[in-house]
Amino acid sequence: MSLHGIPDGLVAVVKRDCPTCVMVEPVLRQLAAAGTPISVLTQDDPAFPTGVPGVIDDTGLERSFELNIETVPTLLRIEHGRETTRAVGWHRGEWEGLTGIRALGVDLPEQRPGCGSLTADPNTADELAIRLGGVTFESEKVEIGGYEDEQEACFDRDWSDGLPVVPPTPVRVYRMLQGTQRDPKEVLGLMPPDYEPCTVEKVAINAVMAGCRPEYMPVLIAAVEAALDDAFVLHGIVATTMFVGPIVIVNGPVRKAIGMNSGVNALGQGNRANSSIGRALQLVIRNVGGGKPGGVDRAAFGTPGKVGFCFAENEEDSCWEPLSVERGIAPGKSAVTLFAGYGVQGIVDQNSRTPESLVRSFAACLAVMRHPKIYQGLDAIVVISPEHLRVFREAGWAKKRFISELMTLTTVPAEQIVTGAGGMTPGTPESARGTMVRKFRELLVVHAGGIAGLFSAVLEGWSGNSQSRITTKEVRN
Amino acid sequence: MTTLLNPTGEHETAKRVQAQRPIALDGLTVGVLDIGKPRGDVFVNRVAERLAERGIAVKRYAKPSPNAPAIIATRQKMLAETQVAVIGLAD
Repeated sequence: MSLHGIPDGLVAVVKRDCPTCVMVEPVLRQLAAAGTPISVLTQDDPAFPTGVPGVIDDTGLERSFELNIETVPTLLRIEHGRETTRAVGWHRGEWEGLTGIRALGVDLPEQRPGCGSLTADPNTADELAIRLGGVTFESEKVEIGGYEDEQEACFDRDWSDGLPVVPPTPVRVYRMLQGTQRDPKEVLGLMPPDYEPCTVEKVAINAVMAGCRPEYMPVLIAAVEAALDDAFVLHGIVATTMFVGPIVIVNGPVRKAIGMNSGVNALGQGNRANSSIGRALQLVIRNVGGGKPGGVDRAAFGTPGKVGFCFAENEEDSCWEPLSVERGIAPGKSAVTLFAGYGVQGIVDQNSRTPESLVRSFAACLAVMRHPKIYQGLDAIVVISPEHLRVFREAGWAKKRFISELMTLTTVPAEQIVTGAGGMTPGTPESARGTMVRKFRELLVVHAGGIAGLFSAVLEGWSGNSQSRITTKEVRN
Repeated sequence: MTTLLNPTGEHETAKRVQAQRPIALDGLTVGVLDIGKPRGDVFVNRVAERLAERGIAVKRYAKPSPNAPAIIATRQKMLAETQVAVIGLAD
């Protein structure tokens, strides 16, 4: 009988690149000379070991994989087609017990550990899992010609946002899927605008293309889940002529775990997690949902943030509660908040030393957002810098007070913004005269940015009459 | 040869047969949907008036926002109550 095509008897698995395997080469010859039926599987060199009959070329690693070899040398015994015993590395006593032959390798040390099997090599293990381990994918396999440039092939198939993508090979996608415990077949929802089923596997493929690492997957999946929440109105965000794209804000321990940036240049480039998670979400919308510029995406201008816009909050140095906690997530939990927003509008105030002055500067900048006379229940996120936050911290202002003051200061008599006032047609209807009009529906505050710079930032919301709601989802593994 | 996994929704375009156009509107009810775009109501109101002047039954519907698809209840109501629909498609 045989196991995986290997006849009953002894089986030794070795590679030349292993000093312990080289050391036991005379022992293998000794076993063969004793007339013991032995098969030797060699992983890296069919000419090794020498002087031993029955060497089996396993450079393709199929048999080593099937025997689940983790270390070489491994000696095992097959009886009636089943493995009965196994010795890992060199240990004279174990080898003698297993073979029934005494005085094996008497010139050798009593024992010596082996080396890693090539099947366990990080560079080959994932490839073997796909080739031999029964890993399958639901997605179509697209064959690229041998002379075809992989990245150009992705451009040619309209899979890119305009920048090169990492070609989504099965091995890369398999590795990406190791970053989550979610079933690759799980459907997260129907992705607008084509309302195609968006599986975890599709998210992983686009994550590969965007340049994500596997450990980013839980954050990206939470972002996709938030985007698919009906309250977020993703279809409208894609289709509108306005500037908007999804802005991803990350809170909780996962920020540090995956090395996100909440400090210097937090809203800019240069951090792999920030850049690739935001980009991956947009690639999912483009590729799975079909939301492409010029197609359903009818943005007049768009914004650079539509390549991807993702950053983390600096919670450690903030005296105010994190955005996620404000949004109902328990402290210490990781969460993703999605905001339908435009680009970055700076608030520069290098002179205010009191909270009363500084909050007025913030309000004055917020009041002109979109248009000085458009007051229609807008949303905005204020990204407050460490130096600006210090002014409020030293004066003992709570976050709620800060937001409340901003709401009050951006509420004006309708007469100021009525249509025609200031010689400008936009504005509230005449019928609103005599009332006070609020600029904002929701104002959220996030702490981020470098420690030097008396600047903050406004992220303008798309809302108004859009009905898109800010959406927060907890990050799950 | 390299294998890549398809990142798209892999959808096949659904082929829908266009509904047969009525030869006349006599006896039919026309649904007029205001999608919520600013001043869109001016257009659909005028269409409704002109139809009513011709003695055609008109029913009015509205979406809460131009940015999201019409809610299912609205779509079902239109399907049940009308045979013809006039819908604007934003800008």
